Amino acid sequence: MGKRVGMEVSIAAAEAVKQANVDVISAYPITPQTHVVEHLSELVANGEMDAEFFCVESEHSALSVCVGSEATGARSFTCTSSQGLALMSEITYIASGLRLPIVMVISNRTLSAPLSIWNDHSDVMSIRDCGWIQLFTENGQEVYDHIFIAYRLAEDREVLLPVIVNMDGFILSHVIEPIELIEQEKIDRFLPPYQPLHRLHPDRPVTMGAFALPSIFAEAKKAQEVVLRSSLSQILQTWKAFGDMTGRYYKPVETYRTEDAETLLITMGSFGETASVAVDRMREEGRPVGLVKLRLWRPFPFDEFKKATLSANQLVVIDRAVSVGGPGGPVASEVKAALYGEEQRPRVYNFVAGISGRDVTPQDYVKMVDKAEIEIEEGNREGYEIYGVRE
Amino acid sequence: MTKPESEWTWKELTVGNVVLEPGNASQYRTGDWKTLKPVLNRELCIHCGLCYIFCPDMAYSLNAEGYFISDLYYCKGCGICAKECPTGAITMVVEEEK
Amino acid sequence: MTENLNVFAVRTLTQKEYFAPGHRSCQGCAEALAVRLVAKALGRNVIVAAATGCMEIVSSPLPFTSWRVPWFHVAFENAAAVASGVESALKVLMRKGRIPHKKIVTIAMAGDGGTADIGLQALSGALERGHNMIYICTDNEAYMNTGIQRSSSTPFGASTTTSPVGRVTSGQMTWKKNMPAIAAAHNIPYVATACPSYPIDLVQKVKKAAAVEGPAYVHILSVCPTGWRSAPELSIRLGRMAVETGVFPLYEVEQGRYHLSLDFPKLRPIKEYIKLQGRFRHLSDSMIEEIEKRIHQEYAQLREKSGKASYEE
Repeated sequence: MGKRVGMEVSIAAAEAVKQANVDVISAYPITPQTHVVEHLSELVANGEMDAEFFCVESEHSALSVCVGSEATGARSFTCTSSQGLALMSEITYIASGLRLPIVMVISNRTLSAPLSIWNDHSDVMSIRDCGWIQLFTENGQEVYDHIFIAYRLAEDREVLLPVIVNMDGFILSHVIEPIELIEQEKIDRFLPPYQPLHRLHPDRPVTMGAFALPSIFAEAKKAQEVVLRSSLSQILQTWKAFGDMTGRYYKPVETYRTEDAETLLITMGSFGETASVAVDRMREEGRPVGLVKLRLWRPFPFDEFKKATLSANQLVVIDRAVSVGGPGGPVASEVKAALYGEEQRPRVYNFVAGISGRDVTPQDYVKMVDKAEIEIEEGNREGYEIYGVRE
Repeated sequence: MTKPESEWTWKELTVGNVVLEPGNASQYRTGDWKTLKPVLNRELCIHCGLCYIFCPDMAYSLNAEGYFISDLYYCKGCGICAKECPTGAITMVVEEEK
Repeated sequence: MTENLNVFAVRTLTQKEYFAPGHRSCQGCAEALAVRLVAKALGRNVIVAAATGCMEIVSSPLPFTSWRVPWFHVAFENAAAVASGVESALKVLMRKGRIPHKKIVTIAMAGDGGTADIGLQALSGALERGHNMIYICTDNEAYMNTGIQRSSSTPFGASTTTSPVGRVTSGQMTWKKNMPAIAAAHNIPYVATACPSYPIDLVQKVKKAAAVEGPAYVHILSVCPTGWRSAPELSIRLGRMAVETGVFPLYEVEQGRYHLSLDFPKLRPIKEYIKLQGRFRHLSDSMIEEIEKRIHQEYAQLREKSGKASYEE
């Protein structure tokens, strides 16, 4: 059992990067990610961490630096949010196409305009198709744990894909939570040094990043797609190995009080903890409500999700991003798509809540479930609204 | 011999589409592009090597007798060697259709 | 340090080609020649981070590569950032003992578009951070790979597809951005201009750049017959003329001190350079005169910076 300390989650993330023996860190500040890179710079400046840490001149370069260093065989890390992610989005597609196991923490923040520094998922939703493995965390412990999980998973020879660990900006990044630290020897066993499959080195000259004509591109994309989809088995294996080491077992889809539930709340990210309080309240009143939390976003865990949700009558999906002009919030759209092929499927009611960091209390969840249940009873098979907007 | 891109299946591609064989583009016959080819008059050659150093296609190499000879497999017929030869030992002539 | 080769001895250079034939550049492409010479200068212990552009496209059509050294293409604007990552990785991996200590030169290679325009930010960052790397800009004076569109490196008056000659304006209406000066303003140890028409000079400068501790910037004029609308066999001659007319002077800036590699008591008339290129065909005599005046002005300034006494005209 490791030491348990109260620590700001951003600091915990930085400590995990230190413990993961990362070699190269490229940093560009953006609220609310700054505490991560600030702490990392302190660790390196104090000699507590042996890594090449440097501040670059933009997020686009931050990820480009990681691409260069990862291709040369160094374990690399960067961290960003919102506009920074949007700026480096070009490179995210490239990093996955080149199969470079970079790990990036995104301190989720909303995308401009209007400018806002507060939390929602619109930043990471803008790169849904970038080809990275994408995970969501719910609390500080999960953020800390997933740095190690992410590197081990990314560097797995069967995977070799970059991984995003999402933590809600401010709501997670800036709060002090109890974090159980893992002993370094355990980490070193769980996460051995990175052994690249291909690296840039004059002893074995390779060419990376060649361009593809139409006659070969489809094959290249298929190969990439297959790897991302099939990485699910490695993800499960990595989570199991981590659980064996720490006692904390993670799943692609977490369920809470879903037995005999007729209504299921679907959340992603830090919503989950507050929603579980709401579920407890509703259960006390005898309402058959449960909670399903999506931890794995890409590759989308179709089987696990269906297993957790098909038996319910209705799903109340709480999105934290608006897909402007689209068929509902991103999670709701994907949930509906995942369930489309089923003969019997629950109805889906979609709320977008908590955008730009607006507080979502347990009472709000109760209200949302109330509203959804009423609407569905009145015959509206599906619905969509941005919750709590002042008319 | 690397087979052309249109013959690769998706399973055969390397991880990240890394090209593992350095310089394998040298199997591509850029010499097919030319209409003119360089012809050397050995009497005038002073072995200075300017034709070799100025060739953008690395077509020239030194032969056993000490003359720089153009490899027509690669030569694109640009004419730089003929233009730069200080003694005018190289002339560009039309290549016959094969 | 490399010896000063006063004799024009091509055969002192290595015979090895690290940039293989079979690449798909146009006939007479002096940019390919520039890349070839850089590769010869540096040998096998290099890692190249290249930007999107002519040299990237002609040398890396999957599944082929013209590169016999490690080579990496990522995107258009980030050659300097990728090279920063490569350099840092080599540094830390050697320090941590994960790869054996060995001198490996990190190079970033980009065209004028990928340097002076979209790549300027990444270049500036890399130079400021002081990474131990060489940045090579092969300047063919436009976005050639996408079809001859203008860049900030296109010379005044040149006709390109986005600065065409029309009824209202004729060609590029702004002066060529002075990239070597921008690089020198970052106070890096070594900046140089070079041209493949002077191969020994180019090789020497690249070797010097590799020997220097910290960032080095080498700006190489690359004649492009396709884009400049010149005859392919004239590529070397045009490069020489660019130097002789003062359009592209060859110089170095070592620790902030300028010195000209080649000085001309009298610069060749620009008309001789211009008339060989279709992209300048539309220039009126008065425009040519204006251009020449400014070229001479800038050349005089360069001479002054190099500590040379002014010539009595």
